[in-house]
Amino acid sequence: MLDDTDRRILRQYQADPELSTADLAARCNMTVASCWRRLEKLESHGVIRGHEAIIDWRALGYTVEVSLRMTLDKTHANAFDEFIAAARQVPEVLEVQTFLGRVDTRLSVIARDMEHYQHVYRTQILTLPHITDIEALMHVARIKSDEALPL
Amino acid sequence: MIEIDAQDREILRQLQRDARMSSKALGARLGLSQPATWRRIKRLRDAGVIRGRRLVLDREKLGFGVTVFLGVKLATKGRTSLEDFERAVSAIPEVQSVEHVLGLYDYRLKVVARDIPDFERVLRRRIMTLPGAGEVEANVLLSDERLPGPI
Repeated sequence: MLDDTDRRILRQYQADPELSTADLAARCNMTVASCWRRLEKLESHGVIRGHEAIIDWRALGYTVEVSLRMTLDKTHANAFDEFIAAARQVPEVLEVQTFLGRVDTRLSVIARDMEHYQHVYRTQILTLPHITDIEALMHVARIKSDEALPL
Repeated sequence: MIEIDAQDREILRQLQRDARMSSKALGARLGLSQPATWRRIKRLRDAGVIRGRRLVLDREKLGFGVTVFLGVKLATKGRTSLEDFERAVSAIPEVQSVEHVLGLYDYRLKVVARDIPDFERVLRRRIMTLPGAGEVEANVLLSDERLPGPI
């Protein structure tokens, strides 16, 4: 379905998502009209799912970021669904992922400082349903975060 | 750190969903004029709260059927080995993100691959051969959800 031109557009676009269609077309050596048509097609086929603003939580005073890896009690039929539904209600949770592997789920949690983290952890994380074990990884630095696909 | 009010929060929520929304459309939702909305967005950008934009692509439709999170422990620790490892791992196209963490592992990597055999190739040829790479734990991503966060 995708040809080399589509890939070229996506490569340039994911490297710089703020490009206008005109600038994107110029980088891909194509006319604005044909670039626009291809973007429309990529969006209507759901290849491009959207554009999200990236928020820097540090700039808003959230200096602590912790990755909590959990195993759940799988003897409960709805353990995953109930856990995820409850985790969504915690404002400080930025990401909820589920896995096949040694850990079942992972939450990315932010807090203003360690004291605030301790509070969130005790009152909102430990109270989530069906947790059997938790491991914490404290975020130190982001070395690469472009999330770009190797197209 | 900047102070933000309820309207700034609403702007951030909307832009996280659709970063291309115009200040006119955004203002209409908030009951603000286009220039007032534009000034608020500019202030949030200048303060670094809005760090940029992410193009959201459908990994599966682009042929990347497998996403794996790897926890990597370094075999030899020391300043040089960290830098060598970080430089080498960031250069691997299939590695979408690299985080330096504290805890059970030293690094957390997000890797995309076409399928499991392709992942095995990346793991054996690229990850295991990294300078200083020691123990590696893999968890295959089943579901992934990003939440708006505490705004």
